[in-house]
Amino acid sequence: MGGHQAQRAGFGAQVVLIAGKDLEIEWRSRVTAARVLPFAGILLLLFAVALDPDRGLLPRVAPGLFWVAAMLAALLAIGRAFAVERENRAGLGLLLSGIDPAAMYVGKVLALLAQLLVLEILLGVGMIALYDVAPGNVALLGAGAVLASAGIAAAGTLYGAVVVSDRGRDSLLAILLLPVLVPVLLGATRLFETATGGGDDAALWLGLLAVFSALYGALGTLTFGSLLEEA
Amino acid sequence: MTVLARRATWATALASLGALAVLALLVAPPDRVQGDAQRLMYLHVPAAWVAYTAFAVTSLASALYLWRRTRHVRWDRIAAASAELGVLFTAVTIALGSLWGRPVWGVWWAWDARLVTTAVLLFLYVGYLALRRVPGSRQVRARRSAIAALVAFVDVPVVHFSVVWWRTLHQQPTVLNPELNPQIEGVMATTLLVGVLAFTALYLALLMSRYQLARAEEDAGTEALSAAIARRRGAAAGIPKLTEVGA
Repeated sequence: MGGHQAQRAGFGAQVVLIAGKDLEIEWRSRVTAARVLPFAGILLLLFAVALDPDRGLLPRVAPGLFWVAAMLAALLAIGRAFAVERENRAGLGLLLSGIDPAAMYVGKVLALLAQLLVLEILLGVGMIALYDVAPGNVALLGAGAVLASAGIAAAGTLYGAVVVSDRGRDSLLAILLLPVLVPVLLGATRLFETATGGGDDAALWLGLLAVFSALYGALGTLTFGSLLEEA
Repeated sequence: MTVLARRATWATALASLGALAVLALLVAPPDRVQGDAQRLMYLHVPAAWVAYTAFAVTSLASALYLWRRTRHVRWDRIAAASAELGVLFTAVTIALGSLWGRPVWGVWWAWDARLVTTAVLLFLYVGYLALRRVPGSRQVRARRSAIAALVAFVDVPVVHFSVVWWRTLHQQPTVLNPELNPQIEGVMATTLLVGVLAFTALYLALLMSRYQLARAEEDAGTEALSAAIARRRGAAAGIPKLTEVGA
């Protein structure tokens, strides 16, 4: 699509364009898959080694470990999402294309969300197989994963743009993003515990995750443009 | 902000801290249950109050910087100075709380709502300060930091409510109770109030001094540059120059 056509396209079309671009780059290069998924697998291994599978701890702490692993892996995925903009000065090209920065933000969030969901499905399957966890209420797990990942993607894409020009960006992204994601970790873990173990506060945690995603989605949509100007 | 205003604020701060020391150590009675350990409250609570205030100031100053109509470099300086003080007072709050908690609760730390929120607050501040160290033009750094401050500000109520729903073991807030019924009274309440005022004065004094330091750093940068340029021009023209007002 030429620059003129990109600019004239509606907001939704621009979002699809950006999300499609990011996903296609990932599909062709498979960098995230080659690094992020093995990283998550290694974490599963490390947790099992550290917490000793014989003590019966792993199934009980699995929800928490799941989300810690998902968040650490998300750091890698976010780093990659912005690394592609640095190569061949692609970020500059995006700016010149006239695409609405808000659409760029939403597109990148959706692409990241898709990748995170794939990661989480595999992580979940891994935990069921390796940690002897019973899945429980799969619909609730799915809803929770979507909302939590939306929050991680929304806040993560925003912070990814904040640190994009820094050479120590990976460590800076980690210390900036992880404290902000504490409510997501809290809500998602409690929700997963309810889904696998029973309880009646699922609505509370789903609500928390939804509010977080909405807040950061709004913040990111409003501020992404001013962050890009510095490139 | 004049030198006089700054000095007056420092004088007020030091005087009220002196008054606090007398009240907290000598005048206020020891707690019936906790004994003298409870006196740490007169430092811990004001420090926590200032930590939250500093955070609010950073957030407000960041918003004022981001909004085009009020954009001015002074807001960025204030946001940065307040954030540094916020880290300091949050760390002090946690340390004092730990010292107070050990004899009273039996543990150095507990994972209750208020402590977890304060720990997250500390990390949010530290991240903000780390971001400010990233090299870049002043405007870029100011804008980036302001957005990060906004992100952190939005996070705090979410963290607070999520953690409160999750657990509660910390005492119910004694003064800012939902029923607005202060449960400490008399001399203790007065001492606590003096503590809050003294720490607020200290915060303002530190903020003013830190702000002035930031301005001095910027001026030193510009002046040194201007002086160096003037010296070069003088050398090129073959005329030795001793001093020249900066261009």
